[in-house]
Amino acid sequence: MTEALLVAHNLTKRFGGLAAVQDISISLVRNTIHAVIGPNGAGKSTLTNLLSGDIAPTSGSMHLLGKDMTGASPEKISRNGLGRSYQKTNIFLPLSVWDNVHLAAQSRQQHALRWLSNATKFEAARAITAMALEQSGLKNQEKTMASAMSHGEQRQLEVAMALATQPQVLLFDEPLAGMGTAEAERMITLLHSLRKNHAILLVEHDMDAVFALADTLTVMVNGQMIASGTPADIRKNAAVQAAYLGEEH
Amino acid sequence: MSVSATHLERLPRSVQLCLALGALALLVFPFVGSDFYVSMVTRMMILAILAMSLDLLQGVTGLVSLGHAAFFGLAGYVLAFASPADAGASIWWSLPLAVFGAGLAALIIGFFVVRTQGIYFIMVTMAFAQMVYYLFFDNKVLGGSDGLYINLKPTMALGSFVLLDLDNKRSLFYLVLALTALVYGFLRRLLFSPFGRTLSGIRINEHRMRAMGYSTFGYKLAAFTLAGGLAGVAGYLWGAQTGYINPDLMGFHTSAHTIMMVILGGMGNFAGAIVGAFAFEILLHVFKDLSKHWQLLMGTFIVAVVVFAPRGLLGWFERSNNKETQHD
Repeated sequence: MTEALLVAHNLTKRFGGLAAVQDISISLVRNTIHAVIGPNGAGKSTLTNLLSGDIAPTSGSMHLLGKDMTGASPEKISRNGLGRSYQKTNIFLPLSVWDNVHLAAQSRQQHALRWLSNATKFEAARAITAMALEQSGLKNQEKTMASAMSHGEQRQLEVAMALATQPQVLLFDEPLAGMGTAEAERMITLLHSLRKNHAILLVEHDMDAVFALADTLTVMVNGQMIASGTPADIRKNAAVQAAYLGEEH
Repeated sequence: MSVSATHLERLPRSVQLCLALGALALLVFPFVGSDFYVSMVTRMMILAILAMSLDLLQGVTGLVSLGHAAFFGLAGYVLAFASPADAGASIWWSLPLAVFGAGLAALIIGFFVVRTQGIYFIMVTMAFAQMVYYLFFDNKVLGGSDGLYINLKPTMALGSFVLLDLDNKRSLFYLVLALTALVYGFLRRLLFSPFGRTLSGIRINEHRMRAMGYSTFGYKLAAFTLAGGLAGVAGYLWGAQTGYINPDLMGFHTSAHTIMMVILGGMGNFAGAIVGAFAFEILLHVFKDLSKHWQLLMGTFIVAVVVFAPRGLLGWFERSNNKETQHD
């Protein structure tokens, strides 16, 4: 299956004179993980924000599940099947884990405008919440306050919240950042299992994880794409070695 | 399942018990209190409704409105204009009309203001309220700076049988008490409904709410409209009690006092708003007796509450009650 769920064409974002992202074309295909790597400041997070609608592109287009979503609001893009996690943990700190995920699940329910019924009584949202907690390995911590969790657990919660909106396309912005070995391994297993039925964009600095997970790799430097291909191709690519991998190895 | 450290949403047993006792005391109050005090407590309950309506924005949704009194005053004006010259207005239709009028104004103003955030929201709500204020202040047709009288109080009748005549202080007291309880019960349910959970999500992290697909503009506008309508309930009752409406009701001071009531009692649970409204009015009387510079005393007291009891009187009460059992 090579069904492209998200297709971005020549996306460009300029902040004043700086082109944070320049002419990036990318497509996310169901059942694959597309990793984006590059040094700090390469524009990876900006690209993620462009795809999720957090910022609007200066030019270029973006289609999600066949619909034109260029310049659409994040809520519209989310409702059309895209979920994301944030590089800087972005959760509801004063709420419990369960409430965090339930709020995400509730966003897909028609009843979100109901005023007089108890929010926790809706079976559909409860079921989605339970599933997302199970999938992300947080089932036993549903009563924990989000603010009391470790950094790695909060990253897991980020993922659980993204899953609870039942997206077809997932964007993960450095899901492994700041995680311990055991936590990272669990996250890698989770990402691997999510490949099934989802189209995934993975921005990550951990090269071992990237090469273990990615089906396709895009390398960005200074807002531009310098290479794109299979992990094997990228390893061999001289430009990539010079611009990026060379610095690390 | 949610209890937040900074926000008292679920009320502990001790607070619930105090509220129930307070309600009981109010129920029998007209039989023991003098007319003067019955009127005073009636006014406190009316302000409690106003404070609860603001708490929906301020404490739950995180929108601090410095123009909330506009809707309070508008509803009073609706009552004044709806009152026939030779008889009291019927509560049956004049109350819904006043609430609808206030809600409609909130919908229109909200359409513009809920797009803004933080300090800008505060400024824009104040600007709109000042516009409404001067609209009434400068127009003789609308009563001008002198305001309007409501000579005959609203009544509620079934056929020719008069159920309620608000000229009677006791009838007014019980109507206001019933509406206070109703608004409180409604808002408490709303707080834990999907809509209420969404509003509190917006307060905590609007950015993430949008990323999860919530069209936060619509939710904030709905909350603003609802809060305006409920402020209208209070404004209507204020007009019915005092028999007199003037632009000051919609002014900056009324809005600011309401914010103080909510902060004083404790935000985000509506019980705090009631406590705050009562406490504010009682303090007002005490301080006014003490000195003509009562604002200075009130200001000092509010600052002390914010510094020493950031969750308001209710939060402070809850904390001192749980001190033996809690270790944090």
